Parts: sequence; C-alpha cells; structure tokens
Amino acid sequence: MTALLEVEDLHVEFRTRDGVARVLNGVGYHVDAGETLAVLGESGSGKSVTAQTVMGILDTPPAYVMRGAVRFHGEDLLSATAERRREVRGEGIAMIFQDALSALNPVFTVGFQIEEQLRLRRGMSRSEARKRAVELLDLVRIPHARQRVREYPHQFSGGMRQRAMIAMSLALDPEVLIADEPTTALDVTVQAQIMDLLAEIQRERHMGLVLITHDLGVVAEVADRIVVMYAGRIVEQADAVSLFRSPGHPYTEALMKSLPRLDAKGTTLDTIKGLPPSLLRIPPGCPFHPRCPRAEAVCSVDVPPQERLGFGRTSACHFAEEVLNG
Amino acid sequence: MTEQISVLALDKPRGLFGDAWYTLRSRPLFWVSVSLILLMVLMALFPALFTAKDPTLAQLSLSRQPPSADAWFGYDNQGYDIYARVIYGARASIVVGVLATLGVVLVGASVGILAGFYGGWLDSVVSRIADVFVGVPFVLGAIVILTTLNAGGDAGPARIVAQVVLSIAALSWPVSMRIMRSTAIAAKQQDYVKAARALGASPRRIITKHMLPNCIAPVLVYSTIALGAFIGAEATLSYLGIGLRQPVVSWGVMINSAKDYLRVAPHALLFPAGFLTATVLAFVMLGDAVREALDPKLR
Amino acid sequence: MAELLEVRNLVKHFPVTRGVLFKKTVGHVRAVDGVSFTLAAGETLGVVGESGCGKSTLAQVLMMLEPPTAGEALFEGRPMFAMRGNALRDLRRNMQIVLQDPYTSLNPRMTVGDIVGEPFEIHPEVAPRGSRAARVRELLDVVGLNPEHINRYPHQFSGGQRQRIGIARALALRPKVIVCDEPVSALDVSIQAQVMNLLRELQGEFGLAYVFIAHDLSVVRHLSDRVAVMYLGKIVEIGTEDEIYRHPTHPYTQALLSAVPVADPALRGQRDVIRLTGDVPSPIDPPSGCRFRTRCWKAQDVCAEQEPALVDRGGHPSACHFAEERSVVP
Repeated sequence: MTALLEVEDLHVEFRTRDGVARVLNGVGYHVDAGETLAVLGESGSGKSVTAQTVMGILDTPPAYVMRGAVRFHGEDLLSATAERRREVRGEGIAMIFQDALSALNPVFTVGFQIEEQLRLRRGMSRSEARKRAVELLDLVRIPHARQRVREYPHQFSGGMRQRAMIAMSLALDPEVLIADEPTTALDVTVQAQIMDLLAEIQRERHMGLVLITHDLGVVAEVADRIVVMYAGRIVEQADAVSLFRSPGHPYTEALMKSLPRLDAKGTTLDTIKGLPPSLLRIPPGCPFHPRCPRAEAVCSVDVPPQERLGFGRTSACHFAEEVLNG
Repeated sequence: MTEQISVLALDKPRGLFGDAWYTLRSRPLFWVSVSLILLMVLMALFPALFTAKDPTLAQLSLSRQPPSADAWFGYDNQGYDIYARVIYGARASIVVGVLATLGVVLVGASVGILAGFYGGWLDSVVSRIADVFVGVPFVLGAIVILTTLNAGGDAGPARIVAQVVLSIAALSWPVSMRIMRSTAIAAKQQDYVKAARALGASPRRIITKHMLPNCIAPVLVYSTIALGAFIGAEATLSYLGIGLRQPVVSWGVMINSAKDYLRVAPHALLFPAGFLTATVLAFVMLGDAVREALDPKLR
Repeated sequence: MAELLEVRNLVKHFPVTRGVLFKKTVGHVRAVDGVSFTLAAGETLGVVGESGCGKSTLAQVLMMLEPPTAGEALFEGRPMFAMRGNALRDLRRNMQIVLQDPYTSLNPRMTVGDIVGEPFEIHPEVAPRGSRAARVRELLDVVGLNPEHINRYPHQFSGGQRQRIGIARALALRPKVIVCDEPVSALDVSIQAQVMNLLRELQGEFGLAYVFIAHDLSVVRHLSDRVAVMYLGKIVEIGTEDEIYRHPTHPYTQALLSAVPVADPALRGQRDVIRLTGDVPSPIDPPSGCRFRTRCWKAQDVCAEQEPALVDRGGHPSACHFAEERSVVP
C-alpha cells in the first residue's frame, strides 16, 4: 500500500559563504490518512527544512535538494512540474506556520485571503467564497465569524490568528496538513485550545497531520507516531506510547531526562553535554557520538543504520537494543 | 529559516566589521569604486604627480584649442590647460565634499543620537527644527545662505570654500540626524542597553559604548553616498555662480566658465563634467556596496 | 530567613497616547496593578503567568529601568525607589538581572571580556584595574565557559553559551538578588537543562536569591521555593511550590496547570482537563471585580462586583471568592 505522503532518503544542503551545510542527510518518513506524525527535534535538526522541501518552498539558492523523493499518493513531487506542484500545494498538502502574524498578509482582510484561494482555485464567485470563508472561520471556532471575516490580521489576538491560519489552510480541503510549531508562540492555555482544535479537525476530516515541534509534552498528547531528528537525520521512530515508555536511542533518552517535570520538584537535571554539531562539520560516524554517554569506538567511525526494533520501531544507534532494554 | 542561520553563525570567527570586509572584498563593484576614489584622492593630494603644467597659466593665444598630444584635454576659452585644471580642481571638489560630509555626520549624528536616547521634549524640538531645514529646497536655501554670507564682497579661497561647506552642511544635517535618531531609538530598546542600565552605567557610557558602535553603520553608508552628492552639489552651486569661483579651481567652476562656449569648445565642459560624474558615481557605488555588506538582511 | 526584598502594592501603568505634536493620553495599560510579595535571602521566588500578565514589567520596575506609578519596594528595609547617588550604586551592585533573549542581551560590538568586565568599569571600587582580567576569566570559568574565549564576540557563541555570558555579567558584582526574566525560554530543551542546573549551582555557591520569571510552569517548579501566579497585572495566588502545584485553590492556577501538556502518552484522556475559552482581556480595560471572571467557570455576580483580596484561603493566599483546592497535576 502506498502511503499518503512519503519522504524518502532526502538530502538537502545549504551552500553558504562559509561552506556547505548538510542540513538533511537521508530523512525518510511517511504519514497515512487519519494519522498524526510528530517530527520532534531541536533547532537545526532539519525538521522544518524537511517540511519546506515537501511543500517545495525552499529557496534555491542557498538550498539544494541533492537526493531523495517526496511522494504524494505515490507520485514524486520533486520531479513534478512547477504547475503540478502548485496544484498539490493547498489542495493536497497545506502548511501552517509558527508565526501567524507574518504568515498572513497585513494589508488584506482575513476573509479576503481565504476567499482569494477559493476564487482562484475553485472558481467560486465572490459571494460563494465569502459564505465559505465564514463557514471556515466558524469551523475553527472564531466567534462572530460573519463580522470577523472583514477584519485585518492585526485585529486578531495571537490565538485567533492561528485559528484564522488553520481556516485558511483548510480552505482547499487538503489531505495532509503540516503544522510547523503551530503553538510555540502561544500561551499555554491558548496552546491547549489550538491543539484540541487541530486534533479534532484531523479526526473529522481523516487528514494526515505532520506536527513539527520541539515540545515533548505536545507530542505526548497528540501524536500517533513520532520521528526524532538530530543533525539532519532521523535517529528514532516509534509509536508514541512505546517511545515514551522506553526510548530506543540515547538522544531521545537524554532529551526526556533533561526535561523539568511539572509533577515533581526535581534536583539536578540530567543534561546532554556539549552542543548540537555545526551542520558545516557534522562529526563522522554517528552525529550524536560526541555528546552520547554510551559512545564507543565504533560510533565515531560507522554511521549507524536504522536498526529494526520490532513493532515498526527503528533506531539509528549501534547499541539500540541495549538502550531499549535500559 | 532562522534555525539554519543560528547554527551557521557558530562558524564565523570574525567580528561584524570583519564580516562586512569579507563580503566587500569579493565584490568587483567595491574595488572599482575604491580605485576610482583613491585615484581622485591622489590627484587632490599630489596634483604635481599627474601634470607638470601650471593650472593658473592662461595663454590666450591657445584659447579653445581642441585636445592634442601636447594638451591632452585641450585649452579653454581663456587658454588654461584643461587637463591641468581638472587635476588641480579635484582638490577643491574633494575638500568641499569631505568637509561638508564631516560636518553633516558630526552634527547630524551627535544631535540624532542624543535625541534618540533622551527622547521627550529634546527629541520633539530637534525633530521640528530638522523639519524646518528639510522643508527648504536645497538650491534656494543655498542661494539665500551664500548671498547673505557673501554680502561683503570679495573673499579669499579658504573663505569661499568654508562658506560653501557651511551652506551644504546646514541644509543637509537633518538627513543624517534622522537616520541616527531612528537607529538610536531602536538600539535603546535593545536588551544590552537595559543590562547596562541595570548595572548603573551612566548615559554617557551607554551612548558611547553601547549605542554609538551599533548605530554608526547606517550613517556611514549615508555619508559615503552623501560625499558624492556633496561634490555634485558644489558643482551645482559653482555652476550657478554662487559657489566656488575664481581664483579657486574646481570642476564646478570649470563647468560654469565653459557653459557659454559649449558649441565651439565642448571639450572644455566634457572633461570636468566627466570627472565629476565618475567621482559621484564612485561614491554612490561604494555606498551601495558598503550598505549591502553591513546589512545582514541583504546577504 | 531575613527579608531581603519587600514589594508593597507596586503599580505600573503605561499611558496610551494619541497624536504627534500634542500628545493626549487616552488610557492606561495596567501592566502591574498592585503587586506585593517578599523575598528572603537565598530563596527563589518563581513568578509565572501568560503573556501580558505583567511579569516582565515587574522585572523592569524592580530593576528600576522603569519608574513605578505607585507603590514601594524595600531592599534590606530601605526604600529603593527613593535611592540616589551612592545608595543607588550600592543597590545596583546588590541586584542584577538576566534577560531573556541571549541574542539581544549582549552588545554585538563588544568582546566577551568587555561585556563581563563592564560591571567593574562601572563600579571600579569592586576590583582594582589590574585584577579585572583575572576576575573576568574566573567568572567565565564559574559559568562553564572557556576562559580562553575572552576575546571572542557574542555571535561566535551559541544561545546557551550566550546566556552563560549574561549570567557571568550579572554575577560579576556578587549581587544578593538576581532577577531572571525568562532566562531559559529561548533555549533548546537540552541546553535549557544545562542553564537551569547552572543557576541552581550558583545559588548554592553564592547564596543568591532569585526572582525567577517564566511562562513555563515546569521550569518554575523545578527552580522555585515559592511561586506567585500572575494574571492581568495582579498576583492571583502565591505560596510554596508544593502549595501551588499540588494544592492550587485559584481557578486560573488550576486551568494553567491543567493546560500544560504532560510528556506521557499513557495519561492521554485520563487527566483532569480544564479548557479555558477565549483569550486574556486587554490590560487597558480589564474586567471589573475579579479580572479572571470573564474566563472563569465559577464566576458569579459577586465576582463582577467585588474584587477578591489576596488573602489566606485554605492554607495560602489566593485571590478568589470561591477558592477551593483541586489537584490537576497527575
């Protein structure tokens, strides 16, 4: 069975004045209809670049896709025509961003920005499009949608803006929604509202949801499956419950231990020593080995393959089994 | 895309001006403009290196002779050697440009940074005064200032140059003041200024150590472009007969005296005008290159 | 423990003005609206709240970067806001700040040595000129940076390292209090833990007291002895870390705690979830009576009419007419 959206062995580099940054080094994941895939990683792990490659919104230069494929219903988008890609964007795969204020155009009303897509892509008339825009704002629970459709983005609060952007992304009924840190800029009570909304919409429409985030808590609350990224590679993938119960990669394990807990006052947190590597000089072998408590000689020489751990889990660690068993 | 940039930033072992230099030195535009400017400056400092002739020697018998092997640029109406005068004229033009720029930057930037830092009534007063000066059309303002200053009659070369510099500076300082003021207001909000205030740093320290080094770049860019513009302004005023004049030799003065004989001796106008254009262009190009190098957003 | 800092009824309003030439005040942002608390030597007081609750303004006023509109603050019993000259210089030595954004809090044109050494330039009596370089190296070492990097510029460091530089600067004058304004919220998880551990170590080593301002409730719990919860310019509940996290009585505290996602998928759907509706009202025109009543599920008429005082209700101070304990953290 072909997956709804599949990313395969993606290699992307950024050519900068300071050299070539290998931002993605063989990233592969897939998401099916009705499934929530969380892509977890820190700054520079490549989680956003992967999404931008999928959407075809990377700037070249500096970014160059060196290898790999992005398949939507089995069709490779990277080799598709520009026209076909535009078609898929919005109708097939839509994306929402962290900063809704800069993602919305400040000089047009929120309604206009939703209607524009409907008129251009669906050939709707002005009044039909307006009606649909109000329905969409209603759907994302913006109160008084009929009035608010005429307002400008700056008249919306942070949470309402994020809702408006979700409404906009849903306008063309996409099959996959990519949400890039959708709640990072929001307060925790508003974040909870938005995550509930996303989860509900995803369930109702049977969409595939790719949730890109650095927040382990958010991941734990909504994800079905999780891929963990580090230095442009996927280091682990697993279903949410088993990943949190027993991580299969030292990086995931360390990340969880370094998190302060809400339910207990801790003492000293376990930390991950050092810094994430510069993408201009990724260490040989396993990119995590300089920071890894379990590293041995082999780790600095051989790149660990994706070790199969059963139940669809994989881990890119030479000692995956040991990590998994504690 | 911020995440890539922050990661890449780790690998740059240079200061911010070092970074700008790194960008600049790979740009041909920068090198072309710098060599042109260096050539002009060399001409202004050591004209004798370029010509052995006397720019004040008038040989009426040679009046309006076209360029020849003996006189590369020919002779003008009064029989002056145009090549020698173009070389010697660089000095007055560049002196006016440099002094006016210095005045504009010193006055404008210091007033601007104070207005931006203190805000309040000082800012309001200074800004309104600047508005008044900006409201006066440049040429009209210069005519008024220069004719008023010059009511007494004949003045020496130094005095004439000073008057022209003064009038250009008086009419142009608000631009650099506004640039400085707006960058200073932005810099004042920065957390490092807050941190310095929390340490108990004096206003003087905050302005000189924290704000000035971070605000100076846009003014530097402006002043580079302004220098070219002021050389042009000097020529304009001289052409109109209210700027530099005999006995001072400048490109503007030469253009002024050549304008009446354009049909019979176009070379008398073309050569100084060409040098003028090249110099102004060189500074504008340099300003462009410097701006691109200093502004990380354009990279 | 002796009270190091006592804040009484602190108010900070920012005027909202219209017009360019003739400015007219059309309203006030009530950023901080009557905040009182105490801080003992060596203690950490956590201040949590969502954006717009006034926690950062509180830091600015405490550091005397903004003058207060009303209210008083005593440092070791002496009123701070009236201090001038030498008394003020002394106060600056004793109270320092660590700011949120490691990218803007360091002057990009100064070397690390100049940044960390600046406190000594401003307070030359602390360290004689000749010993300063050694002191700066020592400070860099204390915060876990390589003292050899003294001549580098801020942009050559990562976010976490820059935050360490900011901490070294705050530490230079050996203050008694450090106000930390969201010191780890701009950092990645793995780096955040390093900086939090550093803050805790330094507290033990130098006997520091922290006012620790953050929006992340887990981070605050981890570091704080006592916690104050702010909403729209007011403290709605204050108590020990245990009282606030395990026995919260104010509905807002309960909603806030319940909204924090918990990193355990096994608990999905089994937690006591309180979902607030709507956004925080504008601090220019806050609701009458209790400010939380517009989003509160317990709100009654009395809440609109009478502002609940922050007084002991069931063990610790809580500003709710219907304060009642409800455990929401698993």
